[in-house]
Amino acid sequence: MTRRRPRGFSTVPGWVWIPAALGALVVVLPVLGMLARVDRDGFLGLITSESSRTALWLSLRTATVSTALCVLLGTPMALVLARARLPGARLLRSLALLPLVLPPVVGGIALLHTFGRYGLVGRYLELAGISIAFTTVAVVLAQTFVALPFLVVSLEGALRSAAAGYEEVAATLGARPTTVLRRVTLPLVLPGLASGAVLSFARCLGEFGATLTFAGSLQGTTRTLPLEIYLLRETDPDAAVALSLVLVVVAVLVVGLSAPVRRTVGRR
Amino acid sequence: MTGPAMTEGLSVTARLAARDVALSLTVPPGATVAVTGHNGAGKSTLFAVLAGLLVPDTGRCTLAGSVLFDLDDSGRGSWVPPHERGIALMAQEPLLFPHLSVLDNVAFAPRSRGTGRARSRAAARHWLAEVGAEQLADRRPAQLSGGQAQRVAIARALAAEPQLLLLDEPFSALDTAARPLLRELLVRVLEGRTALVISHDPGDAAALAEHVVVLENGRVAGPG
Repeated sequence: MTRRRPRGFSTVPGWVWIPAALGALVVVLPVLGMLARVDRDGFLGLITSESSRTALWLSLRTATVSTALCVLLGTPMALVLARARLPGARLLRSLALLPLVLPPVVGGIALLHTFGRYGLVGRYLELAGISIAFTTVAVVLAQTFVALPFLVVSLEGALRSAAAGYEEVAATLGARPTTVLRRVTLPLVLPGLASGAVLSFARCLGEFGATLTFAGSLQGTTRTLPLEIYLLRETDPDAAVALSLVLVVVAVLVVGLSAPVRRTVGRR
Repeated sequence: MTGPAMTEGLSVTARLAARDVALSLTVPPGATVAVTGHNGAGKSTLFAVLAGLLVPDTGRCTLAGSVLFDLDDSGRGSWVPPHERGIALMAQEPLLFPHLSVLDNVAFAPRSRGTGRARSRAAARHWLAEVGAEQLADRRPAQLSGGQAQRVAIARALAAEPQLLLLDEPFSALDTAARPLLRELLVRVLEGRTALVISHDPGDAAALAEHVVVLENGRVAGPG
């Protein structure tokens, strides 16, 4: 028998490694499959075509605006869900998280029948001369709809684990609720807010179903990168694969760049 | 600790059915009262009600001549929120804000009152010197020992210039070596202040307080 250094105590049983590795394969293998299919010589030409650049630029722009909206609307939602003593809090949380479990296409249909030309709200907007469906605004609305729960969930978790004791101390030191929020609560949950924003951005970037249903696929206006990829899949598979790789790289960059930021913020 | 406002001290009666608590207590102005009793006797409930973190079913509380809450049998009436009470609470843990320096922790109360940054920091330095911790001003709370953190927490509470100081087992988080120093400090800063101190240790209670109140099953069982 060979002598080897003991690995030390671990709470993870050895056999757990097998399904864990299988799970990792399920995620990594398809990406490798795509990488193998990339046309390396024509790559630059494929991703720099005008329609691709337009779609990428539109995706980045709308995802940024939508993420900002998620932060502006989702932070108050998470605060209410985590801190306020409401009778219907559980029901309210389920409703707020609905887009998480809803198929995006269904979300798109819901949005269409609300903000569309003949929708619940849309018909009045139409009277005021505002039409949302099939515009860039619709793209942003669709992305915000699907991504908002990601921000709410991660921020609510951060709020619950950040000890409420600090907020009580701040209040007894004479800080009004707005001051407590600004100087104590938000700085303490900044890491959670950052990771929620990153998740939301990634979800916005990948949005497809709700966008297609509610905003359509008009080049330069509503055709984001995922829609462009889906369209090209029929006519130009090489370009579709190349653009998919671009999306993977952007996603990896966003998550990778934000991870060290989150760590330093957390240590502060 | 000047002015006519201090002539009345603290007077509180409060009833909380859910916690089986019905308390009545007065603290003369400038006096320190120690509160003892078993776990679950209602000590923490008393502090939370006084600080405004918990609303009693019914009761009345006045501090230094102003009404903090006055709730009738149906629970209706006036109730002042925590930040307007002038009551500083020191919990068992120092709970220094981890994202602020020691100096900014102590400057927190003056800043919250609307005092400017520079003047708040000057006040913070004064209170840090008062507890003998001025050399810690630029540290982060994570870099302090338990005794140091408790000192800073005392400075932070004093900087709020409270009408009433609530100390919840100020020594519980400290090892025995750090206790005498902190006890000495508290004896000094509590002189002439209206304060309530929760303590299990009869020695600590005797050193800090002129009066001792024993709580039992949510009622005042009498002086100890």
